[in-house]
Amino acid sequence: MRRQLEGSRAVAEAVARCRPEVVCAYPISPQTHIIEAIGAMVRTGAIERCEFVNVESEFAAMSVSIGASAAGARAYTATASQGLLYMSEAVYNAAGLGLPIVMTLANRALGAPINIWNDHSDAMAVRDSGWIQLFAEDNQEAVDLHIQAFRLAEELSLPVMVCMDGFILTHAMEEVDLPDQDQVDDFLPAYSPRQVLDPADPLSIGAMVGPEAYTEVRYLAHLRQLDALEAIPRIGAGFAAAFGRDSGGLVHPYRTEGADTVLVAMGSVLGTIKDVVDDLRDADIPVGVVGITAFRPFPFEAVRAACQGAERIVVVEKAFSLGFGGVLSSDVAMAGAAPQHLVHSVVAGLGGRPITKAAIADLIGRARAGELGSLSFLDLDEDLIAGELGRMAAERRSGPIAENLLRDLAGAPRRPRQTGRA
Amino acid sequence: MIPVPTPVRFYQVGSFAVGNRLLDPDQRTVQADTARTNSLDSGHRACQGCGEALGARYVLDAAMRAAEDKVIAVNATGCLEVFSTPYPESSWRLAWIHSLFGNAPAVATGVAAAMRAKGRDDVRVVAQGGDGGTVDIGFGTLSGMFERNDDVLYVCYDNEAYMNTGVQRSGATPPAARTATTEAVGPAPGNAFGQGKDLPRIAMAHEISYVATATVADLHDLEAKTIRAMAHRGARYLHVLVPCPLGWGAASKDTIRLARLAKETGIFPVFEAEHGEVVSVAKIRHKAPVVEYLQAQRRYAHLFKGDHSDVIDQLQALAEANIARYGLLEPTSAEAPEVVED
Ligand SMILES: Cc1ncc(C[n+]2csc(CCOP(=O)(O)OP(=O)(O)O)c2C)c(N)n1
Ligand code: SF4
Ligand SMILES: [Mg+2]
Repeated sequence: MRRQLEGSRAVAEAVARCRPEVVCAYPISPQTHIIEAIGAMVRTGAIERCEFVNVESEFAAMSVSIGASAAGARAYTATASQGLLYMSEAVYNAAGLGLPIVMTLANRALGAPINIWNDHSDAMAVRDSGWIQLFAEDNQEAVDLHIQAFRLAEELSLPVMVCMDGFILTHAMEEVDLPDQDQVDDFLPAYSPRQVLDPADPLSIGAMVGPEAYTEVRYLAHLRQLDALEAIPRIGAGFAAAFGRDSGGLVHPYRTEGADTVLVAMGSVLGTIKDVVDDLRDADIPVGVVGITAFRPFPFEAVRAACQGAERIVVVEKAFSLGFGGVLSSDVAMAGAAPQHLVHSVVAGLGGRPITKAAIADLIGRARAGELGSLSFLDLDEDLIAGELGRMAAERRSGPIAENLLRDLAGAPRRPRQTGRA
Repeated sequence: MIPVPTPVRFYQVGSFAVGNRLLDPDQRTVQADTARTNSLDSGHRACQGCGEALGARYVLDAAMRAAEDKVIAVNATGCLEVFSTPYPESSWRLAWIHSLFGNAPAVATGVAAAMRAKGRDDVRVVAQGGDGGTVDIGFGTLSGMFERNDDVLYVCYDNEAYMNTGVQRSGATPPAARTATTEAVGPAPGNAFGQGKDLPRIAMAHEISYVATATVADLHDLEAKTIRAMAHRGARYLHVLVPCPLGWGAASKDTIRLARLAKETGIFPVFEAEHGEVVSVAKIRHKAPVVEYLQAQRRYAHLFKGDHSDVIDQLQALAEANIARYGLLEPTSAEAPEVVED
């Protein structure tokens, strides 16, 4: 059924149709609307045989999910940003134990400085945790990916994180096609765990493992991630057959045929980039874009194939590793579709800064003119940077950087130095 | 409803365990039953005389009997977890999971929620951890579990330090005790006075239905309290004093003696509380001076080099404060709370 819905509401409805048995979460913007809606549906009985547990922290939320999943229940949670970091020890643990928990990550920047707006820093912080990480391009895909996520997680006994851009998707009203309960029931079989805490067949889960087998346990976890490279497109194809819609898969190439320049990105910015690609193609400029849906496991082959023939690749990424550079771009470079010096990393949209069509078009122009370096920051305010660098050079106690920049932006005078004397 | 056993009195032998043979069969300990579950089986790697291994064995077998063997156990990181599951071996003969150091109460909440969702009210959940996992790093998740009143029995095995990592101070380490991070050096050797947490009382402040303390000196009492705790639903808390020969610097053979002295000095009050009110206390039978307890443990050895009588007096005062607070020496009277005398 097609309905005009807020992204969070749509995801909540999709999760409800997956019949979760334990939902446990802790509120943080921009995830709140999702769990509020699910909580209400559990209370009204719209979701049957489900426990909604309010806890005191994200660390507890993931831990409750671990206990529920290990006890054989289909478990779901959602978080963002600081919440993900706060639960990170349990995030790794859930993956290490091979528990098929599904979590929505309403992508948001990380503090300090505290910032509630969208980027992908949170997802990148746990990219090595062993979770499958899928990125939704729009709210329809967010809905569809959640339904596929439970199937994928339970088939492989691995947790799956569905990443959707905070506010840009979670709070956007869009028309989405919500599948019927019957359709979802047909697509998603009941959860049949590989390992379960069962008094009738007791086993120990979570034993200590020393050097004699730790490598092998980790290697097997890696193999299961690689299995996902086969399972994700297969489940996506099954979804398309059942629901009549292409959603999911490893990558989404768009107008890449004959492109000399291919952009690569994840999440909602793909919509903007596609508009720019359409405009440029209308002007006979051969550019295309590849959206990456599966970030972990990283689909090297699919990325290489999708970017084949491009003279250069421009990766537009909403996060970076400080002191290193782009994370997604280094993965794309490893895929080997273009020589490393022709894989350009452009860090964009941090902390919710809008990524405009004009900026993308300009970027493509510079890349095609050979003017783009290996790492650049879209729309960086050079004056603001120069002001603070000058201040830091001029005096030792130059003060907190974030506050200084905000004063500069507001045109406010410097904070007078307190004497500290009564 | 599980009957409350009549108090056991075998004063003449000075021990409570050997009395089993003289009891009616239905009064004997679960441990005396050859058909017990052996939830924590032999062959694990605890030190000789480990109070934690002893306590866990009694608690879990009693919980298993109370729940007709349908128990899922959740374990925090710590000695109990490490000595019981060196890969690929496991001493656990019940469904058992270890996740992290600080999340056992929350994992247990998750297991309980799963059982509720599946309509399995016959399966019971027991979570357990050391004092560090309980009063320090797991405190937030424990308080959350209490506050929600989740159907979990949480058992703290208190050996008064982080033993698994080599005897560092925890929030349950007593004043003046030497640990690897409260060395017996400087002007005030050992752990500071005035710090630490009294978790049984904090648990009571949550007004959960059942809170009890026990020691491994009175294993009848420990089993009885476990069985009583299992008769309640919702969050319950059992705090068991478990001497650690390694961390306390005591002889392996002294584990029971030290646990008894902790109770008989008043250092460790043994009581039960329901809905935030104390309902019974285990009276001191033969009051012992605190110094007798201290002298048997090398973690207090510095108190006996040079004159530290002021510190010993302070520790004695703490015991007296417990005696006064819980009425550990008062004779039983009609007005006083029901007393389980042992
Ligand atoms: C987050 C985290 N911090 C620290 C540790 C290291 N660690 C493991 S067990 C332990 C101490 C356990 O002490 P306690 O809970 O009192 O149990 P005991 O070993 O004394 O029985 C510590 C500090 C850990 N595993 N995880
Ligand atoms: S160190 Fe202490 S708690 Fe740990 S196994 Fe040895 S005696 Fe038991
Ligand atoms: Mg301890």
